[in-house]
Amino acid sequence: MSRRRISLRQELPLLVWLVIVWGALWQDFSPGNLLFGALLAVAVARLFYLPPVELSGRFNVLYAVPFALVFLAKVVVASAQVLYLAVVRGPRVKNAVVAVTLRSHQDLLVTATGHVISLIPGSLVVEVDRSTSTLYLHALNISSAADVDNLKKEVRAIEAGLIRIMGTKEELDAVRLEASA
Amino acid sequence: MMQTVLVLTAVIFSLAAAGAIIRIARGPSLLDRVLAADVLLAILGGALCVDMAVNRHLNNLMLVVAISIIGFLGSVTVARFVADRREVPGES
Amino acid sequence: MSPDATGMDYWVDLVSAVFMVVGAVMSLGAAIGLLRFPDLLSRMHAATKPQVLGLFLLLAAIGLQMRTWWVWPVLVVAWIFQLLTVPVSAHMVGRAGYRTKHLHRELLTSDELEAVVQKAAAKTAREDDSGDGSKK
Repeated sequence: MSRRRISLRQELPLLVWLVIVWGALWQDFSPGNLLFGALLAVAVARLFYLPPVELSGRFNVLYAVPFALVFLAKVVVASAQVLYLAVVRGPRVKNAVVAVTLRSHQDLLVTATGHVISLIPGSLVVEVDRSTSTLYLHALNISSAADVDNLKKEVRAIEAGLIRIMGTKEELDAVRLEASA
Repeated sequence: MMQTVLVLTAVIFSLAAAGAIIRIARGPSLLDRVLAADVLLAILGGALCVDMAVNRHLNNLMLVVAISIIGFLGSVTVARFVADRREVPGES
Repeated sequence: MSPDATGMDYWVDLVSAVFMVVGAVMSLGAAIGLLRFPDLLSRMHAATKPQVLGLFLLLAAIGLQMRTWWVWPVLVVAWIFQLLTVPVSAHMVGRAGYRTKHLHRELLTSDELEAVVQKAAAKTAREDDSGDGSKK
């Protein structure tokens, strides 16, 4: 069983997350508890080896905070919209299955985009084509071609936001080029 | 005030749970039932949260955390099981 | 209700009461959606989205009621785990639902996946004909 050595830097986000979960579950953030949690995190990461997530190595907090706030607002809107549709439209709701091609080919970004659009208004990932990084979405309340275009634009915008937060340099350049054009 | 809230949420949660149970009983396919069972679990978690908030204790907090971590495993398992079968027309 | 009924306490209680009621209404919304939407995939929207907001509001209500800082990390962890897991189960159920034809075609205004699926199905059928018969 050959395994590629993963650098500590690549593993660090996972370890930090594990320590935070440990501290939160004990509801105790004293140094001793955190140290023990860190030891456990390293042991768990070594014993239960998983293929490392390919990180691009950049993370932009300046973009992440507004993105998180917008995301929260959109979650609220999504719930309200689903509630409205359930009560008012009910059985007469019109849907569509839409294919959206993403720019990025990183697994992490495709996954993150899929998660975010599953949680915001009116869309849900039905199928993923990894080779072309195409997401097939099931969208609620789509009655015209214009709605389909709007949805595609929104998904691409969300992906652009995620690329600004944690995409690679090349993807970032592509997004900037697109924005300026 | 808190007692009114408790009664009000209890009524709302009961109605929601009744709706989910009706869908479990009626649901035309297995996947509908799984989905409704998922919602029922979420309603249970919500009821535990309200109980903790109103009575100011944290006894069920770990249960809520556990539900939010592993609650999805059941529906994933069933979904895989259903998707693996070859399609038989007319039946799920 | 609370021992020192200062103005601050009253407002915190009021906000958490509103959060709890709205969170409960979200669950009710999910149930109404389950009952009223016509097919599996639209029911799935109802089952996933209100849950996330509902749990967020209820956890926030707990945080406000306990009035201690050390519960907040647990609540945040619980919510983040829910954010991570809900789309996974929704996607798996949705995929299985689409593959087993649990949707009403007449309710779809467009379906850009159907052509791809049919192409793939034709391809596997060809492979089944020419290839090994051991595939179950």
